[in-house]
Amino acid sequence: MTPTTEALLASRVHATLSAAQGDYVRCIDDDRLEEWPRFFTEKCHYRITTADNYRRGLPAGIVWADSRDMLVDRVSALREANIYERHSYRHLLGAPAVVSVAPSGEPDEPVEVQSETSFLVVRITGDGPMDLFACGRYIDRYLVEDDRALLRERVVVCDSSRIDTLLAVPL
Amino acid sequence: MPYWVFQDEEVLRTELGRLFRGPHWSYLCLEAELAEPGDFCTTYIGNQPVLVTRDVDGQLYAFENRCAHRGALIAMAEHGHAKDFTCVYHAWTYNLQGDLTAVAFQDGINGTGGMPPDFCMARHGPRKLRIATVDGLVFGSLSNEVPPLEEYLGEEILARIDRLLGGRTPVVLGRFTQELPNNWKLYVENVKDSYHASILHLFFTTFGINRLSQRGGIIVSKDGGHHVSYSAIDRSADDGAYREQKIRSQSDYRLSDPSLLDGFSEVGDDVTLQILSVFPGFVLQQIQNSVAVRQILPVAVDRTRLNWTYLGFADDTDGKRLARLKQSNLVGPAGYVSMEDGCIGGFVQRGIAGAGDEFATVQMGGSDAASSSSRVTEAAVRGFWKVYRASMGFTLESA
Repeated sequence: MTPTTEALLASRVHATLSAAQGDYVRCIDDDRLEEWPRFFTEKCHYRITTADNYRRGLPAGIVWADSRDMLVDRVSALREANIYERHSYRHLLGAPAVVSVAPSGEPDEPVEVQSETSFLVVRITGDGPMDLFACGRYIDRYLVEDDRALLRERVVVCDSSRIDTLLAVPL
Repeated sequence: MPYWVFQDEEVLRTELGRLFRGPHWSYLCLEAELAEPGDFCTTYIGNQPVLVTRDVDGQLYAFENRCAHRGALIAMAEHGHAKDFTCVYHAWTYNLQGDLTAVAFQDGINGTGGMPPDFCMARHGPRKLRIATVDGLVFGSLSNEVPPLEEYLGEEILARIDRLLGGRTPVVLGRFTQELPNNWKLYVENVKDSYHASILHLFFTTFGINRLSQRGGIIVSKDGGHHVSYSAIDRSADDGAYREQKIRSQSDYRLSDPSLLDGFSEVGDDVTLQILSVFPGFVLQQIQNSVAVRQILPVAVDRTRLNWTYLGFADDTDGKRLARLKQSNLVGPAGYVSMEDGCIGGFVQRGIAGAGDEFATVQMGGSDAASSSSRVTEAAVRGFWKVYRASMGFTLESA
């Protein structure tokens, strides 16, 4: 049986998203935060919130950005200004669920893909405690073009409303 | 300050009784969260669960969130809408004012079982709280001896709450909880410590953000328990001071997207920062256009729950609302200027292990607990300890 064009597109989109997600968490977990904003389009939305705020439609975030430059500033602040104990993350991701694929409205016809991916983050403080720091889901809008995916929007919805101590490194 | 006050289980038990359940007012919630009759929210005084409701008469009520029968929580949701509350354990039912209205199988079945005939529902119910509001902030107290809220706060503190919230309708923009790895009093000290602000929090100086010359100061309430730290743009500052301040900026870093700080005059004056605390565990904050309330709840001697509620106002334009959302990056668990406060208490808690009989020094700015035009002072910290000592029944000698 020959796969339909639609099925081919779906599997291609899925593979592209999986690769992008893998690169994203590896970038953070490897402490290459300077590269992190490059996963986003120039005009974008990134927000870390909680399931309770999300359900109630409350717009504020623990981190809230509407441009790639705001993400660049996040990283420079972490590197140059903010004081916190050295720590790192280990992200574990679920398989991305593709919610919709639609024309993006951009001239050279990339597609916009909405997806949802569950995550679990262990925080390692110094060389010491490993704590289950966060779990939740990425609710994403990706711009996918030529097997390359950039985030137009990532809403990080943490399942719990509680953040232990502080949140410095992005999720 | 002897360090054992941050370590001792018995001290925490006494604090919960004498401070949180004692003759003091604790912040419960916002009136805005209980807009409609039947709205309720669950909150805490110290570690004690409390239920706050708006009844059909439009009035606010608060009572322990504890069934009078066997002690189970009456309501579990953090917020919701109800006609009445039924305990899930044995279906005892309470109205929105906390009165027991029904007991399941009160008369037994077929003449057997049931409550004794002299059982009187009016004599069984969760304890009710005294409740008072100021500018939409709801406070409660379990004590009958507590003075009226206005008197408790005093004119200066009331005026500063009114400056920020008076005549405005707050809108909740988000709620976040931060779990702090330290004693609750270490966070309170941090809030009242205007001395640390420019030293620990380097965000503004690192990015060379010119805040113009600032004038400001601190207000410490008469008894010492409450405080306000504020700063405002000084319009009399000349260009010389402006340039000098710019030269002193120690780095070349600049924000790539400076729209983070596109703000507006919050209430039409020049005040850009106002941190206000009410004894024992409430904070009202304006940092630029980031307005929030913080509720400080002790969980264990080395564990504190900090509940943030970010606010906007009903008459915000789209532009103002956007500015608030952007500036929310300054505060909270990931805040550019508040992130450090989440870990510094833990550094102290860990630092003082084994040093319970040693002392902290709080001499910056002298030894009194008075208002001053300088923010390089620990006066408000001393004020807190003054009220704390008296309320706890400690004497200087016992330290």
